[in-house]
Amino acid sequence: MVLSSILTLAGLGFLAAALLAVASRVFAVHEDPLVARVSETLPGANCGGCGYAGCEGYAQAVVHNPAIPPNLCVVGGAKTASALGALTGKLTSEMEPLTAYRRCDKNAGQVARRFDYKGIPSCAAAAALHQGSDQCGFSCLGFGDCVKECITESLHIENGAAVVNETTCIGCGKCVKVCPRDVLQLIPKRARVAITCSTKDKLKAVTDVCKVGCIHCEKCVKVCPAQAIVMENGRIQIDQKRCLDYGDSCALACARACPRKILRLHGGAVLPPEPKKAQPAPSARSS
Amino acid sequence: MSVFEVFISAIFVNNIVLAQNLGNCPYLGCSRERGVALGMGTAVVFVTVMATLCTWLVQKYLLEPVHLEYLQTLVFILIIASLVQFVEMFLKKAIPPLYASLGIFLPLITTNCCVLGVTLLVQREDYGLMMALLYAFATGAGFLLALLLMAGVRERLEVCRVPKAMAGTPIALIMAGIMSLSFMAFKGMV
Repeated sequence: MVLSSILTLAGLGFLAAALLAVASRVFAVHEDPLVARVSETLPGANCGGCGYAGCEGYAQAVVHNPAIPPNLCVVGGAKTASALGALTGKLTSEMEPLTAYRRCDKNAGQVARRFDYKGIPSCAAAAALHQGSDQCGFSCLGFGDCVKECITESLHIENGAAVVNETTCIGCGKCVKVCPRDVLQLIPKRARVAITCSTKDKLKAVTDVCKVGCIHCEKCVKVCPAQAIVMENGRIQIDQKRCLDYGDSCALACARACPRKILRLHGGAVLPPEPKKAQPAPSARSS
Repeated sequence: MSVFEVFISAIFVNNIVLAQNLGNCPYLGCSRERGVALGMGTAVVFVTVMATLCTWLVQKYLLEPVHLEYLQTLVFILIIASLVQFVEMFLKKAIPPLYASLGIFLPLITTNCCVLGVTLLVQREDYGLMMALLYAFATGAGFLLALLLMAGVRERLEVCRVPKAMAGTPIALIMAGIMSLSFMAFKGMV
């Protein structure tokens, strides 16, 4: 009895061990030692600014996928980018510094309150209650969830809306992830234009509640010569890379076309007057 | 009991977590976010079914013929542990996307009493193989349900004003208790 129990258990254990030993050989997955070296090079902040779940995820992607550029790490910046470029043998292009940008100008738009919110002072909580106390369902709630999240103290609340200090912002995107209303967006620091509204509402619903809300007339989409502006998921989106690549020759056509004046020059500059004489296109306008 | 009754009872009436209090560790540990809860729950369903299949066969064709039923617990632990290891290796090689989503949970399951509990309960109830597999699947689904519900509640709890002494695990335990009580309402069903 004792013998048989010992033999059975030992036999089973031996069998399992043998199975696992064989399996570890048969199912061995070759892991690239480069991945480990790349993840050592990365800052290890796991901020997710690159768009991957963590530094490990980005290391995997940048080693295995030739299409992934080595300059996605915003925390490491140019130094990490060149180190990754050397490790993976990829061309390191210029690191594009990003900044957070608030897609809402509810004070200028005079967005009214639907009710007085007296709950927990957090955007997440306020947004969970009847989609926030503002008339607009896409406005900045101004309780500063992003401010708490920011690691460089580049955000503060002013007149009930988040304000980004673009010179100190490192563009890690932590605030973008925490914003429950998707108001913040990452754009290149040298972006030329940016849209200051993120609403998905339709024409009347927008004009009723906000003076500077996007009415999705798509004039900017039609007028952009670079086709950098698209209507995506019910919002106007600017492909900043395409816009910057095209350069200044469009004379900021989108900002001029916008009837609500919400496609603004990034950096707070005023739209220069239209260069009327500078349009050498008589052939196109034959009367 | 009919097939349907076993199914319903395993998910709701005798929910493995809320009524039988097995697998409480992942129930509290992996229920902070819904995504994690879903991954863990799916992994438990998968492993429970696999483990039930293996242990049922071992019980019927090895332990019972040599009258070693008293070694059940020991042998089942051994089998589940090596099975989970094997499955992990297999997934890593054969189905990398599935491994990426379930991979980190599989080692956690090795010591999950929910899985061991199901394999032992199957033997106690003396189910046939098909019935055992169905029971294992339903129990895993019940675990997944409890985990998802808890994750949903805890995501809301994050933005609630909880007294300082209660914040974190204490309030989670209270929520677990209340949820368990509310599942008592299913008792009359089967």
